[in-house]
Amino acid sequence: MTAPARPRARRPRSTTPWLYLAPALVVIGGLLVYPVYQLGLISFFEYTQAQVSGGEPTTFQGFGNYAELFSDEQFWQVLLATVAFAAACVVSTLAAGCALAVLLTRVRAVPRLALMLAALGAWATPAITGSTVWLFLFDPDFGPVNRLLGLGDHSWTYGRLSAFLLVLLEVVWCSFPFVMVTVYAGIRAVPAEVLEAASLDGASQWRIWRSVLAPMLRPILVVVTIQSVIWDFKVFTQIYVMTNGGGIAGQNLVLNVYAYQKAFASSQYSLGSAIGVVMLLILLAVTLVYLRLLRRQGEEL
Amino acid sequence: MNTRKPAVRVLGATALAAATLIVSACAPQTTGDSSSDKDEKTGTLRVWLFQEVGNKPKEKVVDAVVAGFEKEHEGTKVDVEYIPVETRTQRVKAAFNDPKSAPDLMEYGNTDTAGYVKDGGLLDVSEEFAAWDEAKDTDPTARQSVTVDGKVYGAPFYVGVRALYYRTDVFDELGLEVPRTMDELASTARRIRAEKPELYGLVVGGAYTYGAMPFVWANGGELAEGKGGSYASAIDSAQAQKGIKAYTSLFSDDNCPVAKCAGMGGNDTVTAFAAGKAGMAIGGDFSHAAVEAGKVKGKYGVVPLPGVKAGTVAPAFAGGNNIGVLESTSHRTLAVELMERLAAKDTQESMFEAMGFLPTFADVRRQAAAKKPYVKPFVETLAAGTKFVPASPAWAQIDSSLVLPTMFQEVVSGKKDVAGASRDAAKKMDAAFGSAG
Repeated sequence: MTAPARPRARRPRSTTPWLYLAPALVVIGGLLVYPVYQLGLISFFEYTQAQVSGGEPTTFQGFGNYAELFSDEQFWQVLLATVAFAAACVVSTLAAGCALAVLLTRVRAVPRLALMLAALGAWATPAITGSTVWLFLFDPDFGPVNRLLGLGDHSWTYGRLSAFLLVLLEVVWCSFPFVMVTVYAGIRAVPAEVLEAASLDGASQWRIWRSVLAPMLRPILVVVTIQSVIWDFKVFTQIYVMTNGGGIAGQNLVLNVYAYQKAFASSQYSLGSAIGVVMLLILLAVTLVYLRLLRRQGEEL
Repeated sequence: MNTRKPAVRVLGATALAAATLIVSACAPQTTGDSSSDKDEKTGTLRVWLFQEVGNKPKEKVVDAVVAGFEKEHEGTKVDVEYIPVETRTQRVKAAFNDPKSAPDLMEYGNTDTAGYVKDGGLLDVSEEFAAWDEAKDTDPTARQSVTVDGKVYGAPFYVGVRALYYRTDVFDELGLEVPRTMDELASTARRIRAEKPELYGLVVGGAYTYGAMPFVWANGGELAEGKGGSYASAIDSAQAQKGIKAYTSLFSDDNCPVAKCAGMGGNDTVTAFAAGKAGMAIGGDFSHAAVEAGKVKGKYGVVPLPGVKAGTVAPAFAGGNNIGVLESTSHRTLAVELMERLAAKDTQESMFEAMGFLPTFADVRRQAAAKKPYVKPFVETLAAGTKFVPASPAWAQIDSSLVLPTMFQEVVSGKKDVAGASRDAAKKMDAAFGSAG
């Protein structure tokens, strides 16, 4: 994405920009490139606790770890579940965030403040606390939700979909504020006369959103979508806490928890690294394809 | 487009260089061979012991042993550190990775023995153990729990077993007899649930491996069979399947509803029993304090978990902890001697008085049972014969990847039948045995 194909005005090549970039590059190199390099490296070796502590020699495996991973039936199930779950989370988060952002522009100061504060509260809550509280709310024995709905001792975490739904609600709850605040800021930046013109032309709320706001907010929406995709694909805490490490018989495992199980719980660091690399590639691919699509559309518009 | 070419070339060159690096020499970091040739006779010995809930009495016993040891060995200091149980895995891994920060001696869970040995962390003390006069009274299961491939890697510190807790008030009220067989256990559990729907009959957990295994063992099943140093899973044998069926049939609305019990682990079942929500539970001697602190204090009894035939006891899992010397120690002789002191008969006796830890010596245990009647059913369970997990480094992996809980949960949630679930579990276990040797 760095080299635009369009011809540009010739400038003398100079090292000055690099000099200015150097501090950032050093930090990125140390904190991002090197760990990713290590991740990739480890994924090509047999690297478990025995190798780390020197009990056994480290051996080069080539794509052995990847072969093992791809031949594991459970990996594909988990991958599918992760993709579906992340997609549902992204769609729900964006829908909730955008709807509430529009709502924010429609209400008066006091309810707006209340909504903002509530959202910020959810945003500021650590994931582990949020998960524990949600779990308690839906607890079969002590939870207020069952009492309120008169469900007796219905267990929300037993069924696969119902457990995923519960986690989805928590994920949406703690990630919609980011979308809402960002989109709200974006809407505020849209000139009032444009919206006024649209409503004078008799456009409905939905129509204004679809034909006026959404196109104008495109850059912001791109950012929040990509952010959400990355966050929701990598969800860990919520699943780990709310389904007790992957649910009944591992039915609620997502890739990140699966990688944790492999890499840290059972000390197969190399296999865990391979999962990490696969996740990295998937996320990179999704993001690139998405940006590509948007650019093409942008050019047509 | 031609502005791009150099970039591509550079990229290509970098990739090539990186690939060469990877293939040639640049392996991920490892610690060198950690064993030490030194055997210093003075200096500081570092000891890691587990931090228990209510650790003071344990510290007292240890302090007494340490004081005696320091007195006898002039110029020797012992530095004891109590490490939290929850983070022990990370601490131990770190110790193996960095011998400089590692202790000379440490306490460890007995199911971890084989894994730690494979990681190259524990010292082979077979000779010293054989020469130790007290070792002959160590009970066989405890001995098995420090033994890998015929070599001894530490001294047993204490054992823990599970037995059947039951509510005496409920049994009296309903006129029930203490169950003498596994079938009676199930029918008694169902009676309790039928008469008192607010209680679980026998509270069971889908993730409670060591509560479930006695059912498998009592029916003649095994986790795995050792064949010349390597293991093969036996969890899908006909007998094991019978046991799995017996355990999983307890997950039903007439005893312990699947939706609530499938996700429970051992602690959850003990908590439910202690809170007065169950007629019976499978709990350990180490659960005694938790149950005493609950609502059911004074209203419960404990008996060995009955086997298939009347008068037999279902084999329990012999959990517990060991004390081992780390391979990286530079005070080999001193460390081994301190290990023997800490795991000695009189230390275990005072440790039982202080903490309730069951001694690993049969004779010391008998005396303990005479002093504190509550341990009697546990001592009987131990005397009836216990079982241990395969002494294979693969066990840690099987345990942490939840192979057995997954199997039980698959069955109780109706995802698979017993044959299918146990076959899949056996496959996963064999894969782990195969890769870990």
